[in-house]
Amino acid sequence: MGFYDVYKQWEQKDVDGLLKSVTSDDVLRTLAKTRLHEQDYLTLLAPAAQEHLEAMAQRAHDQTVAQFGKTVVLYTPMYLSNYCVNHCLYCGFNARNNISRKHLDAGEVEEEARRISETGLKHILILTGESRTWASMDYLKTCVAILSRYFTSIAIEIYPLETQEYRELITAGVDAMTLYQETYNEALYDRLHVKGPKKNYRFRLDAPERACEARMRSVNIGALLGLYKGRHESFYTGLHAWYLQKHYPEVDISVSFPRMRPHTGSFNPDYPVDDVNLVQAITALRLFMPRAGITMSTRENAEFRNQILPLGVTRMSAGSTTVVGGHTQKNQDTGQFDISDERTVDQMALSLSSLGYQPVFKDWQAIKA
Amino acid sequence: MTAFLNAGDALEIGGKKLTSRLFTGTGKYASDTMIPRIIEQSGSQVITVALRRVDFQSGTDNVMKHIPTSVTLLPNTSGARDADEAVRIARLARAAGCGNWIKIEVISDNTYLLPDGYETVKATGILANEGFVVLPYINPDLMVARALVNAGAAAVMPLGSPIGSNRGLMTREMIRILIDELEVPVIVDAGIGRPSQACEAMEMGAAACLVNTAIASAADPVAMAMAFGEAVRAGRRAFLAGPGAEREKASASSPLTGFLYQEAR
Repeated sequence: MGFYDVYKQWEQKDVDGLLKSVTSDDVLRTLAKTRLHEQDYLTLLAPAAQEHLEAMAQRAHDQTVAQFGKTVVLYTPMYLSNYCVNHCLYCGFNARNNISRKHLDAGEVEEEARRISETGLKHILILTGESRTWASMDYLKTCVAILSRYFTSIAIEIYPLETQEYRELITAGVDAMTLYQETYNEALYDRLHVKGPKKNYRFRLDAPERACEARMRSVNIGALLGLYKGRHESFYTGLHAWYLQKHYPEVDISVSFPRMRPHTGSFNPDYPVDDVNLVQAITALRLFMPRAGITMSTRENAEFRNQILPLGVTRMSAGSTTVVGGHTQKNQDTGQFDISDERTVDQMALSLSSLGYQPVFKDWQAIKA
Repeated sequence: MTAFLNAGDALEIGGKKLTSRLFTGTGKYASDTMIPRIIEQSGSQVITVALRRVDFQSGTDNVMKHIPTSVTLLPNTSGARDADEAVRIARLARAAGCGNWIKIEVISDNTYLLPDGYETVKATGILANEGFVVLPYINPDLMVARALVNAGAAAVMPLGSPIGSNRGLMTREMIRILIDELEVPVIVDAGIGRPSQACEAMEMGAAACLVNTAIASAADPVAMAMAFGEAVRAGRRAFLAGPGAEREKASASSPLTGFLYQEAR
């Protein structure tokens, strides 16, 4: 049984109805528990839980400090290629969008790596669009070999791979992967992904499990908030994370809550997630999974990121660009979406320190055989 | 007895004599700049550091810069999921100049962060053979502990309760068995949340305590470090002093045998 079966079981239970049926007393009873299960998590995501948001936030803060201390791991994304064969209605890299396409060669990857490493960062996240021509396994391995000389942790956020391919990248030096399901709603997923390999819902849904199977050290999942009802997406994201942690206890499971940002194209989210809903989602996840990492990217603005820092966040990006070669090159028209927090790594580190948190530049040591 | 309370009561591990029986850590602090004062105020002479966190190349973000050279470094294998990874991390630590002490942490369950005894025994055997002073973090399981001693562990480090939980000596009875049965030092690691709990562990006969979260998560970590230093010293003194036996009732007289002595009085 894979996570798809878990999803199917819950789909038959009328999640909307369950969320609406939760009472304030249900929430209080849940908050009194020391260990939460799936139904408890749903309770904390219900509309009735919003009146208890402060209590949830305080408990989430305490849990986070106990588990992780007052520390935040910093990383930055590096876009390697924006060539993409998929036609996804909401994405700036959509094959049909008329944007400049770019692909970094080995020399450019090295130059980007050198520039980023000057900031002191040791964690890098590499991203590509889905193109096995422009971002082939051989290309990725070449890039990882270069990046291994500059960074002690290399994460990938690329198209879903087979288990054996994950193994090969781990052998090459990758230790972490991020993959967003975009939406857990299967029917909507089919409509949004008009054409291309990404249309295969199950292949994407099972990819984090394949990465775990391959012994990836850290796996980060999420839904692109705005495509469908936020409470649903948060619920299934948490359930998915819970499922992975149960079946792969040795893997660091973490969750992101990316809200849709403006990008090239004309897609507007039907279900925008406001700040209250996002805080509820973050705190509920922290209480449900006290040990899970929670990543907050520069999709959110500086002020909001500062404010939600104590609520459970353990990883943040800094000095970000979504442009291919954006750390070194002037051509800035290849981005996937606009970022909101444009602080440099230095500014981010200073800001965290002033808020009483230690910016952690290195939290993993590559231990290749 | 007074000799034991001073230098004569040193804890010997790996050829070193330690007069402080409080081990501290480097994780979870809002700033690493606190570390020298934590060391100073607690009196700790051993500090554990996760190799995964050490950036030897960094001029600014390097925890090692904050650790006084007089303190014995106890690198740990945080992040290792099996014996092989623990061994590789330990070798990297030694090659990087962190000395030959190693705290083995093999954790294959990220929900409870409980140590994997089987893999820990394997790693201990390999590293002890390579000349490391091995201090493994374990569940307080006598059979695992004996296997570790046979594999060459210099001490064992049983958890008091799950790591970071601050819940104290939940495994008290199991730790007591290790203290009674093992010939190597038993250092209580993980879960100690209050100085009184560290004091209790020392009163029981633990050789030392390792405390990190309880100090790092205190409102005033430096003051809490001092409190732990005092508590560990007090507990050790109490252990050496030989606490009186516990009784369930007050026992001012001898109700059952007092008649034997009535005439003599």
